[in-house]
Amino acid sequence: MTAPDAIHAVLATVPDPEIPNLSIVDLGMVHRVTVAENGAPLVELLPTYSGCPATEAIAAATRRALAQAGYPDAVVRFVLTPAWSSDRITAEGRAKLEAAGIAPPACCGTPSDAARATAAPLTYHPTIPCPRCGSRNTEPLSEFSSTACKALLRCRACGEPFEYFKPI
Amino acid sequence: MFVTELLQTTPDPAAETALTLPDYDPETQAALFRYLLRLGDSVLILGQRTSEWCGHAPVLEEEMALANFGLDLIGQARMLLTYAGALEGKGRDEDTLAFLRYEHEYRNVTMTELPNGDFARTMVRHFLFASWMVLLWARLQSSADPHLAAIAGKAVKEARYHQRHAGGWVVRLGDGTALSHDKTQAALDDLWPYTAEWFESDEDDARLAQAGIAPHPGELAAPWRETVTPTLAEAQLRMPPESPFRSHGRWGRHSEHMGHLLPEMQYLQRAYPGGKW
Ligand SMILES: [Zn+2]
Repeated sequence: MTAPDAIHAVLATVPDPEIPNLSIVDLGMVHRVTVAENGAPLVELLPTYSGCPATEAIAAATRRALAQAGYPDAVVRFVLTPAWSSDRITAEGRAKLEAAGIAPPACCGTPSDAARATAAPLTYHPTIPCPRCGSRNTEPLSEFSSTACKALLRCRACGEPFEYFKPI
Repeated sequence: MFVTELLQTTPDPAAETALTLPDYDPETQAALFRYLLRLGDSVLILGQRTSEWCGHAPVLEEEMALANFGLDLIGQARMLLTYAGALEGKGRDEDTLAFLRYEHEYRNVTMTELPNGDFARTMVRHFLFASWMVLLWARLQSSADPHLAAIAGKAVKEARYHQRHAGGWVVRLGDGTALSHDKTQAALDDLWPYTAEWFESDEDDARLAQAGIAPHPGELAAPWRETVTPTLAEAQLRMPPESPFRSHGRWGRHSEHMGHLLPEMQYLQRAYPGGKW
């Protein structure tokens, strides 16, 4: 493995503290890995939400994992551009969200994507499928749930509430 | 602290994303510093007010929503104040700026420091403010200042969720019972005159508009009115008449409420100087 590949493998073991079955790679938080001139790996991460309380814990966990893997001098830093978007969650990450009972964000080419990051008012995605039974007969309960990045919905078919990772 | 880290790390010459401090003339730099305080203090103080709802919201879901509003706002404040401190170059970090200034040094718009009042008032304020911020952040995304543009790129997405959630409550309460309607209308009547300050301007605003760093505040007045009008109409609320009243928080002249908010917000840093988590 080349150095960046080896480092990527380490990063893929760093969990998100709030959704621990997803890694920071699954979430698309790794902007890039380069090697600084002194040979130290430089890992650039994208913060998800401005106020995400997990941001600093993630940086610390990343440094710890890299140190344990033999990169004690690794530089881990957050950069703000490009702005992280839920479109960056990988296919594997979306599958893992679904396996955890969290509906992945409506994504990729839906009309709301084009409107994103403009001043246009947000509209609800009409039919977020239930991650338990697959029914599209669901309704929003709360815009914010256990974390800022998720909303709370309920499935009218199976009656279960579920979390929805909001497109942002 | 992550932006501090970003600014302090030796820039990698090949890294197009590593933001270094732009090279401004002293007047522009000073104007941008003050502008960042105006923006950063507004989201900081509203975040502080919003966090007062923790443990007091009417239902659990709104407890979560208000806590998340506060988190987003304080996260935005951290980025803005960290950048302000770096730009100023006097060694002040986000905590120094947030917790160790005196009242007249804060530059938040006055509406953000007003007491929460009841739930209707909190939601009306948040809807009016978030609707303004969505427009402002959207414009700042194309700021000539790369760092401000990057912060705006994140914040605009968050502000849109705030606008939708608070706007939903404005409609439900305004178009609800006679009691909820009256409380919501009273909140709107009280708060409306404080919105005029958002569109007032001075030499700093003119200089930054000229440099393409920030839109001229007055340019947002008409779009903001257009944005809030349909929601207020749907909520069966009467738009208050124009008022000659002007607040001056952006100029450091605050309401009597600011003096009560600050001791609570600053308590920990005043009692334990330099304390870290
Ligand atoms: Zn179901």
